[in-house]
Amino acid sequence: MSLTMPEPDARTLARRDEIVAAMRAIVSGEGVIDDVDGLRPYETDALTAYHQLPMVVVLPETTAQVAAVLAWCHANKVKVVPRGAGTSLSGGALPLADGVLLGMARFNRILAIDYADRIAVVQPGVTNLAITRAVEDEGFYYAPDPSSQIACTIGGNVAENSGGVHCLKYGLTTNNVLGVELVTIEGEVIRLGGRGLEPAGLDLLGVVVGSEGLLGVVTEVTVRLLPRPETARALLIGFSSVEGAGQCVADVIAAGIIPAGMEMMDRPAVHAAEAFVQVGYPLDVEALLIVELDGPAAECSHLRGEVEGIARANGAVSVRSSTDDAERAAFWAGRKAAFPAAGRVAPDYLCMDGTIPRRRLPDVLARMRELSDHHGLGVINVFHAGDGNLHPLILYDANQPGQLDAAEAFGADILKLCVEVGGVLTGEHGVGVEKRDLMPVMFSKADLAQQQRVKCAFDPELLLNPGKMFPELHRCAELGRMHVHKGQLPFPDLPRF
Amino acid sequence: MLHPATTDELCEAIAAGGPLMLRGGGSKDAIGAPAPGAAIVDMRGFAGVVDYDPPELVLTVRAGTPLAEVQALVAREGQMLAFDPFDHAALLGGPAGQATIGGVIAAGVSGPARLSRGAARDHLLGFEGVSGRGEAFVAGAKVVKNVTGYDLSKLLTGSWGRLAAITELTLKVLPAPRERRTLLLRGLSAEDAVAAMARALGSAAEVTAAAHLPAWRGDALTALRLDGFPSSIDARAETLARLLGGLETLDAPAGDELWTAVRHAAPLPADKPLWRAIVPAAEAPTFVAATGGEWLFDWAGGLVWLASDVDPGAIRRAASELGGHATLIRADAAMRAAVPTLHPQPAPLAALEARVRRAFDPNGVFETGRF
Repeated sequence: MSLTMPEPDARTLARRDEIVAAMRAIVSGEGVIDDVDGLRPYETDALTAYHQLPMVVVLPETTAQVAAVLAWCHANKVKVVPRGAGTSLSGGALPLADGVLLGMARFNRILAIDYADRIAVVQPGVTNLAITRAVEDEGFYYAPDPSSQIACTIGGNVAENSGGVHCLKYGLTTNNVLGVELVTIEGEVIRLGGRGLEPAGLDLLGVVVGSEGLLGVVTEVTVRLLPRPETARALLIGFSSVEGAGQCVADVIAAGIIPAGMEMMDRPAVHAAEAFVQVGYPLDVEALLIVELDGPAAECSHLRGEVEGIARANGAVSVRSSTDDAERAAFWAGRKAAFPAAGRVAPDYLCMDGTIPRRRLPDVLARMRELSDHHGLGVINVFHAGDGNLHPLILYDANQPGQLDAAEAFGADILKLCVEVGGVLTGEHGVGVEKRDLMPVMFSKADLAQQQRVKCAFDPELLLNPGKMFPELHRCAELGRMHVHKGQLPFPDLPRF
Repeated sequence: MLHPATTDELCEAIAAGGPLMLRGGGSKDAIGAPAPGAAIVDMRGFAGVVDYDPPELVLTVRAGTPLAEVQALVAREGQMLAFDPFDHAALLGGPAGQATIGGVIAAGVSGPARLSRGAARDHLLGFEGVSGRGEAFVAGAKVVKNVTGYDLSKLLTGSWGRLAAITELTLKVLPAPRERRTLLLRGLSAEDAVAAMARALGSAAEVTAAAHLPAWRGDALTALRLDGFPSSIDARAETLARLLGGLETLDAPAGDELWTAVRHAAPLPADKPLWRAIVPAAEAPTFVAATGGEWLFDWAGGLVWLASDVDPGAIRRAASELGGHATLIRADAAMRAAVPTLHPQPAPLAALEARVRRAFDPNGVFETGRF
């Protein structure tokens, strides 16, 4: 593995017993774990290529305990890695050998639901799906739906600004969170946003959402609830070319239609999914589109006609429309099973997450096929087509020497390609450790320095989740002195960690 | 007044020191404490469309481009700026059409449709700008879905020119609805209106905007707007009728006139200080009962426009106690010099905010005393 993490601090490692004792003084009983067997489940997140046992795991239950842990770590210069359910696909919760892993799973209560104001106040360890489950009987739901929603927590969603298949119409986490209670590394408890629709001063909530655990630890989240649409229908549309499918997506949007979801799968993805779940996907197509429409029944049936017409005009070879919720779920079952389906085609896969301008899709898929030949590894593509978010799954076998390195190199080439055509490194999975060293592909030194200065405003000692997001760790005092002219530093690169 | 036309010129101007007040068309000059000591940086040298491909739902434009031009451009393609921005000339006086898109973002201007479609901050995807250090930098991107790095676009939106001078920005645009229809309830009290709006928003009727005007042409009016495809609006109007009883329908021109009045707080008297209070929607009636004055509710009660002579401290206390805050939007120069425009923050939050401002502007180049 090519990842370099910050060198563990020998003095901190030597103080392990003292640190564990300090944590036990704050969180009693089973809330502090320091034996190897107990630490093992925390050594990785959903980016399983990387492992590291943390020094100690702390599982607080109250905001006061979180504040005490952070204040102690701040006073003692001990690093802290926050963790929700550990479903990050970018290594956001990868532990540090000399760091406290702060697990938020015990913050698992829904504190208040206000249907009149359409908000829920929840603790960060509540799972994404549990919010919807708690309000669905009243006809409401929480819109962002990352594919890990049964397990991932709302606190992790806030940290990663998680998305899902309905983002184009309903937004990411950042568009659906109204406020948080945040504990700073100094142990100060502050509230950002609230129940209202606008913050009083700077929109600090906006920068905390998606900050990947580098700015503070969230101990309470206020989310916006939406009334469940009256009906939802899905269309399953097959195309004999990727170009036709891509043009269909563009034409649907140009017609003024924003579907609730619009997903594309390429031929290998269709075959892998159908072999896995047998839901009747057409196998003789180069691209399959799932278009979900929601709203009043009259709207869905009207839009179904419009979308079908657009699809046929773009050479669709098959169109099926769901007649009930069971059939709609079946249309989605293959798409939602794409990742495990990939797991049956190859022993291991890497899931990438770039976004591109949609108009570049045919070109990007063609280049991806060339890269696939070059690296000698297969790739299957699922794609949030409405918002241009690509999820290429690179197939490899970790037991074959060199294949993980080849897969990582292939992945890096794909993300560089995304940036080259005007897109970005990550649409919803976060930078974490996975894309950290690619940040300079997208941002200049001046851009990164400005982001790091924001980090310094929250965490000047760089104790929160170091080694994530930024390829180089500059001390805050250096950043203050640094002057970047036209994107270039006037002095050579500082050594990486 | 400085008139930079290139990023290099802007970097030099900022590096030379402040205080500097960033300004687009000056439509919001009358907001904030007078700052006679600040040199004005006219950002209108950064004008024009950089890239616009409607099906991508992305528009990149230079910050000094007039808002009216941007809105006309996207309207020609059947699209809109969904956060419903507006020109403050109607609120503050001065010639219409001067407001720039950069000023709209810097002030975080969102109109009635913000209730359902998100605020300015939700539609700014990325930007280029120059920090108070005189350094050019980029944040965000030019695609609709991106989580790469900190979301500095949110931080810049509504920062009132205190972090960086935005030179270019990328916005998410959306298809404009094919039809708009406004439905009315008459004669409701503040409490009943807020309850009715909450019921409407909690239904599947997909209400775009909801406002209550207690004295619109002599009548208490509660307005709900439905946007979308005609068949869909018919179905949703029936849903609302079942929920709320008989509703009067306004045609599109009359509806537009009403929403323009809400957007600009037009029914409120111009000779009293004007406040913009953000409160939890259910608390709006309590807030206005505590403050007195003349008012209207937008965002189903979540935004209260309040024209009142009452002591500013009392207005802010009432807002704070309900979990809200109040911004002073319109007042004479003496009051603006004496009363902070933005609602004061609790000490730990204020300290964090100050550190974030210094992260962009360590020498206080943009600290003009206006805010």
